[in-house]
Amino acid sequence: MINFQYARAADVADAVRQMAADPSAKFIAGGTNLIDLMKEDVERPSRLIDITRLPLKAVEQTPAGGVRIGALVPNSDLAYHPLIEQRYPLLASAILAGASAQLRNMASAGGNLLQRTRCYYFYDIATPCNKREPGSGCSAINGLNRIHAILGASEACIATHPSDMCVALAALDAEVHVAGPGEARTIAFADFHRLPGDTPQFDTNLQQGEIVTAVELPPQGFAAHYTYLKIRDRLSYAFALVSVAAALEFDGAAIKEARLALGGVAHKPWRNMAVEATLRGQTADQAAFARAADELLRDAKGYEHNSFKIDLARRGIVRALTQAAQGRPQSQAVKRIM
Amino acid sequence: MNGICRRGVLQGAAALAALGYHGDGRAGSAQHGAIPRQPGYQAEKPMTSYIGTPASRVDGRAKVTGAAKYAGEFNTSDLVYGSVVTSSIAKGRIARIDAGEALRIDGVIDVLTHENRPHMASTDAAYRDDVAPEGSPFRPLYDERILFSGQPIALVLAEEWEIARFAASLVRVEYEKETAFTDVHGRHDEAVALHPNGDLFGPPKPRGAAEHAFAAAEIRHEGEYYVPIEHHNPMETYAATVIFGKDGRLTVYDKTQGVQNVQRYLRSVFDMGPEDIRVMSPFAGGAFGSGLRPQYHVALAVLAARALRRSVRLVLTRQQMYGLGYRPAMIQRIKLGAKAGGTLDAIIHDATTVTSQYENFYRQETGWSGLLYKCPNAKYAHKLVRRDLATPCDMRCPSAATGVYALECAMDELAVALKLDPLDLRLRCYSDRDQNADLPYSSKALRECYRQGAEAFGWDKRSAEPRSMRDGAELVGCGMATGVWDAMQMPIAVRIALSANGHADVSCATADIGTGTYTIMTQVAADRLGLPLDSVTVKLGDSTLPQSPVEGGSWMAASVSNGIATTADAVRKELLRLAKRMPNSPLADAAPDEVRLADGKLVSRRDASRAVSIIDAMRSGAVDRIEQEHFTSFADDGSYAHNTHSAVFAEVRVDEQLGVIRVTRVVSAVAAGRILNPKTAASQIMGSVVWGIGMALHEETLLDHNFGRIMNPNIAEYHVPVNADVQDIKVIFVDEPDHIINPLGIKGVGEIGIVGVAAAIANAIYHATGKRVRDLPIAVDKLLR
Ligand SMILES: Cc1cc2nc3c(=O)[nH]c(=O)nc-3n(C[C@H](O)[C@H](O)[C@H](O)COP(=O)(O)OP(=O)(O)OC[C@H]3O[C@@H](n4cnc5c(N)ncnc54)[C@H](O)[C@@H]3O)c2cc1C
Ligand code: SF4
Repeated sequence: MINFQYARAADVADAVRQMAADPSAKFIAGGTNLIDLMKEDVERPSRLIDITRLPLKAVEQTPAGGVRIGALVPNSDLAYHPLIEQRYPLLASAILAGASAQLRNMASAGGNLLQRTRCYYFYDIATPCNKREPGSGCSAINGLNRIHAILGASEACIATHPSDMCVALAALDAEVHVAGPGEARTIAFADFHRLPGDTPQFDTNLQQGEIVTAVELPPQGFAAHYTYLKIRDRLSYAFALVSVAAALEFDGAAIKEARLALGGVAHKPWRNMAVEATLRGQTADQAAFARAADELLRDAKGYEHNSFKIDLARRGIVRALTQAAQGRPQSQAVKRIM
Repeated sequence: MNGICRRGVLQGAAALAALGYHGDGRAGSAQHGAIPRQPGYQAEKPMTSYIGTPASRVDGRAKVTGAAKYAGEFNTSDLVYGSVVTSSIAKGRIARIDAGEALRIDGVIDVLTHENRPHMASTDAAYRDDVAPEGSPFRPLYDERILFSGQPIALVLAEEWEIARFAASLVRVEYEKETAFTDVHGRHDEAVALHPNGDLFGPPKPRGAAEHAFAAAEIRHEGEYYVPIEHHNPMETYAATVIFGKDGRLTVYDKTQGVQNVQRYLRSVFDMGPEDIRVMSPFAGGAFGSGLRPQYHVALAVLAARALRRSVRLVLTRQQMYGLGYRPAMIQRIKLGAKAGGTLDAIIHDATTVTSQYENFYRQETGWSGLLYKCPNAKYAHKLVRRDLATPCDMRCPSAATGVYALECAMDELAVALKLDPLDLRLRCYSDRDQNADLPYSSKALRECYRQGAEAFGWDKRSAEPRSMRDGAELVGCGMATGVWDAMQMPIAVRIALSANGHADVSCATADIGTGTYTIMTQVAADRLGLPLDSVTVKLGDSTLPQSPVEGGSWMAASVSNGIATTADAVRKELLRLAKRMPNSPLADAAPDEVRLADGKLVSRRDASRAVSIIDAMRSGAVDRIEQEHFTSFADDGSYAHNTHSAVFAEVRVDEQLGVIRVTRVVSAVAAGRILNPKTAASQIMGSVVWGIGMALHEETLLDHNFGRIMNPNIAEYHVPVNADVQDIKVIFVDEPDHIINPLGIKGVGEIGIVGVAAAIANAIYHATGKRVRDLPIAVDKLLR
């Protein structure tokens, strides 16, 4: 860990100003990811700008009927907020599927979006890694890649985005509000994280100096038919090998709208609207779900150790859609798969 | 718990000698007395009020309030903080090391490397600790050679821990890299074969004609079983605080399982006299075998303290913990030949295990197979492969945790081939004798473990066919396995100082690594001295205390308890001598064995009304303190085998589509002699079962063989069971009186609990799914493959 300066931001504008003054600074929220990376010398910020006192801690209804979540709302508070529990239980469930109670108490909404990959090589400065050190090479492609991406990867990087919360936010069509040196802007969730391409050092489309101020959910919460199904190497407190956020809305027996997002398989939460569209009008049967799964995974590609994820994702999608259709969402407390 | 594993009948002093343990001057003045081997110790009538009761930990309050101090928590003014720089390559040499930038940081005092370190011993012998394997022990900061990735190569010393750590990141190293090889698989032509019975840990001698019998057997099973490298991951990372005394003498607070082993090691590495260095380790936050040998941190901390003539603290990071020892990866091949009726004809067990390039660490993985079950023909082979890794070390139940895993999975597969219930097969092969040594056991209540365990589990409700039990989307499976471990005991010295106010100080240089040693020592001493628990204070973890072996191998409970009994008996005799001299003493004609200590009094066993209080006896003799120190060794004529046993039953539920495994129930029925404290003993077994769940489903040190580097050196990515993975665990201690092993009939329980658990779970997974996964951990990808 290197020596660094520390400063508290008074308000959002001050945070942005401080960042503009020192581009190698970092915002710090819960610190649950950033501090770990600093200890390993992966992140070497010259200055930490503490944003934890910014007034971004509210969960409130928007005039449009959605809900706006301040970037500093702790993950725990968010998961147990009545508005979220009742209207967006998919989001609550995904949050509770992640990390541990202690970490969720510290972790913020904004930090969760910007947490970095768990690729082993990214964490170890003794090994080459294009994400950490552009141009140095990707150690995972010919190394330990059991936890890596099967979709949307590149020659340069096959890492995954590790968040559970973001998979639900992707499925729910959330938007991300950001402030920065320029105009404040809003980014559709699908455009927030990016694929690695040949610049894997960028996880998101956030511009240098920008700060996430809020995440906004549209009115539709799929509270009747949803699930978050996470498959991991132990029953709790492990990152997803594969996770599925599924949400359905029915018109009688026919599916009126379907949402399907995958975690643990790509550099960003993986969605394909075209596949979701094919489910529209169908009845909720296994064959339809299996077709959707095959479609969604059509371009999936495995590496030496992670090909199993393709089949696992297929099974997980079918099961998740079944859970959602039956209105029997996966419990995050009881570890038995519903 | 944890530690040195041995197989067979070698006991006590012989084992110690074989382990290189040698007496030290400290106990020289004490009286020595071997407990004579008798045909049978008289079962002592339970005059006891504490042995066998679930006393709560005497150190519990200190631990939960933070009053108990650990090695990295001892403070002194003017402390220097160390931070270790480790090698990023697995093999080669340091071409250049540049600490210039680090030294320019404010607050950095020095950076020690192989180039500028003070003098250290230059012979292998000087670095060989009591339990070192054969070879050339690792010497930290000794020279430019890199033997493994994660090797310490520099020590930054600074006025603050943060500064030290920052400066450590500024030390620049250039290497001359050589190609490293770290995979246990491959290159087996270069493996070193160990000779049968060539040494203590080598494979046992064969019996009969195993290959022939296997070829001729009616039913055969053959399988290969893999266990990856696993790390101990104790909660407390390794740490040492070295207090530099005014006289130049060092007090070293270390995390270790053997303060005297560390003290002797440091003395010989730094050529110091016995009085120049004292090693203390009052508490350890788990060790599991990783603290049997002195670790490099303590050598570096002492090196620095001597170089700077200041007090030094060095705490390893979690990542650096993976540069220490580990359970070696191993490939095991088992062949079992049987008669159709379910008796064994042949057992052939081959093991290939990994070690470093500089030491040959191995334990006897294979011998358990031929020991446990009745079988006329048995043959073993063990090969060692040398890799560019740190030397492995003992990890909870070394050799049995892994060897018996392979055997008990193979037995399950044989039962399937024989169309026999797996428990029935074990009973048909049951042996009342140690099959390797052909000796009777001093006690073996395994049959009772099977019976009580099966009953508590409801084994009779298991249907025979795999995939035949389900509950909704989950397949349900039940599996079982046998566990076996040694019941060892080691020579030990114990001092008791009894004051006239009726308080006893009991001391011994053993360790309590979280197992409850303080508590059982207090219980035994209180019983033997007839005092309440709170009138006994136990001191341990100090190299100046009476001589003790390292705390390992599950031998400490038996050794130290009987050691306390020996010394307490001497205290009682002394008290009787004083009591007899009292005017009109009611005990005037009592022989030593006719009196006992109870309720603060010497009481005649024949007539309880004839008694003298301890205080009166001492007062009348005008003594205010009785101090006795005695050395206890355990004579063994080799006519009995001593082992602990267990029967483990596990229920798993596996989601049929997704392969998600839940271990819903485990019953572990253990036969381990007399249980000193059912509460601390049950926690040992329970903790072992949890670890067995991890071994079966989660644990694996991931090595990138391109870099020869461990890639998951943290407990986020090295998975151990979390609460959700641990459900119903039931521990049963079956009654196992043992009048032969030692006067108190004690065996140990620190390790037996892990043996068989991984096999029982693997067997249950097979029963649930019909899928046999033979390499650990059984993760979802292997199950769905
Ligand atoms: C052992 C362990 C297990 C975990 N398991 C899981 C899991 O199973 N599932 C899961 O989803 N997550 C898991 N996590 C990750 C956890 O969710 C994240 O660490 C957490 O959400 C990060 O939030 P934070 O507020 O602590 O972020 P910080 O660590 O403070 O920051 C993370 C990054 O975000 C940036 N940042 C923070 N806030 C803002 C903002 N408002 N605008 C712009 N940039 C910002 C920081 O500069 C930094 O780069 C785990 C973490 C650990 C340590
Ligand atoms: S997968 Fe990405 S993060 Fe991992 S080593 Fe390759 S470039 Fe680095």
